[in-house]
Amino acid sequence: MSEILVLIDQTDGVVRRTSLQMLGAARGLAGDLSASVTAVWLGPGAEDAAGALSAHGADRIYHWDSDDARGYVTVPQVDALQAAVERSDAQVVLFASTNHVKDIAARLAIRLDAGVITDCTGLVVEDGRVVATKEVFGGDLITTSKVSGDRLQLLGVAANAFPVDESGSGEAELVVLDVTLSDGAKIAEVVEVSRQAATDRPDIADATVVVAGGRGLGKAEGFELMEKLGDAIGAGVGASRAATDAGWYPHRYQIGQTGRTISPSLYLGAGISGAIQHRAGMQTSQHIVAINKDPDAPIFQIADFGVVGDLYDVVPKLIEEIEARKG
Amino acid sequence: MKVIVPIKRVPDTAGDKPIDPETRTVDRDAVESILCPVNEFSIEEAVRLKENLGAEVTVLLVGPESAQSVVRKALSYGLDGAIQVTDDGIAGSDALGTARVIAKALESIEFDVVIFGNQSTDARTSLVPAAVAELLDLPSLTYARFLEIEGETITVHREHEEGYDVATAKLPAVVSVVEAINEPRYPSFKGIMAAKSKPLDVKSLADLGVEPEQVGAGAAAATMYAFEPRPPKEPGTIVEDDGSGSAASQLAQWMTDKKFI
Repeated sequence: MSEILVLIDQTDGVVRRTSLQMLGAARGLAGDLSASVTAVWLGPGAEDAAGALSAHGADRIYHWDSDDARGYVTVPQVDALQAAVERSDAQVVLFASTNHVKDIAARLAIRLDAGVITDCTGLVVEDGRVVATKEVFGGDLITTSKVSGDRLQLLGVAANAFPVDESGSGEAELVVLDVTLSDGAKIAEVVEVSRQAATDRPDIADATVVVAGGRGLGKAEGFELMEKLGDAIGAGVGASRAATDAGWYPHRYQIGQTGRTISPSLYLGAGISGAIQHRAGMQTSQHIVAINKDPDAPIFQIADFGVVGDLYDVVPKLIEEIEARKG
Repeated sequence: MKVIVPIKRVPDTAGDKPIDPETRTVDRDAVESILCPVNEFSIEEAVRLKENLGAEVTVLLVGPESAQSVVRKALSYGLDGAIQVTDDGIAGSDALGTARVIAKALESIEFDVVIFGNQSTDARTSLVPAAVAELLDLPSLTYARFLEIEGETITVHREHEEGYDVATAKLPAVVSVVEAINEPRYPSFKGIMAAKSKPLDVKSLADLGVEPEQVGAGAAAATMYAFEPRPPKEPGTIVEDDGSGSAASQLAQWMTDKKFI
């Protein structure tokens, strides 16, 4: 039986939601490909995560416990994933379409003359090969692609596009990967890891709900209000470029064509007009809510629910309403 | 020090995106095309290396002859020269094919650091920088929000979801930068005038020693074979707040109905 490999995206043993969605996507393909699902875990901590990975669809787990997985930039992880592909003779590898992981896929594709499709929102099997759909140009177009010939298929999975499967047994086989580092594995060293203070707030890429603030907030303090709203509904907090350029919120949370692309179940924008450059980063969200003073703001054209009004009137009341309804 | 800034011509996000039904690629001559906005950050970083370390900066573009206006635009920021790889055989290449052409072009010149944007605003795959690094056996210091070169050592802060990693490597290296790295300046009038006379070296695939079967649509490892416009969205509910925040309860009700509360 062939194997579908799922490269688990995790930090210090904390598994990102996208990883569980990838296992769900792999389960969706497993029947048609007559394949089993193997999670690939790079770095320490696989034993602790094994139960959860199995419960979410992994039949087995390849793991490589070396600290080299994070001590050097990208290449050791490529070596390890290559070892997993060669051991399993896998035809399909799923990976998270996040920044650092895409680098692993790009390097592996060059090594193995594989094909890569990033940011897949749909995966089906036709004639034994995977056909991927993805949204391009900010969601204006939906394309269908596949990896050509009989090349290895490296498929980047978009966040929030696949359901989580919870029907697994909870008992996966753990297999230690035998990894030989390549000559260039230590060509770039990670000398320090700087983490922002841990919060319960999810990152905007993973979050099911994202609230975002823009120029209409008028000041940096406006983001305290947005964070309060976000925390009330367990949302990630993002910003438009106008707000990050003004220095009101860190650039890493910028949603838009030069920043991040998100696709949550619910996006709620306050004080964001919805210029095309911003929409390119969020318009594939399942539901869109907009709060803006300007009734002609373009964001209302794509909003499922719009409030024309001052966000400083509406958002505090909304937080009260949410707290009351939760209570 | 020699710095290479690969740039890309992209369709303006604000414009229409006609797709050629024959080739199933964006008809790049029919859309309004611009210098990729993310390249403003990579160019700015190169200009700073020029100012601070006396670096010589060359832009590199893979694209048709008509993309030359984008090369001139990039030069207007005060860069020293350009290489444009133009060949009919390149059309239809996927990200990995493009990376092969860029890598071959880099093999033909001397450089210490290559500064990419972390993504293009059209395809947004982010695959090219790491693929080029792999082809050239170089470090890939991607998603840099900070970059510093001291002697032969380059240090970057690589942004990720939880913060950033500080990574170092010996030059030469491939870097990609995120928009947090700097605030791009505008080209000066002097720069715009000077851009017209900066040296532009046009090369073909044959000049670079790229075999035609290695690139282009026929060699693409990933092929798009269908596309459709996104289905139009149903108009939503729009309510007006009377200044008391009362519309918030209607919104909260909608959110409750949709099970977000």
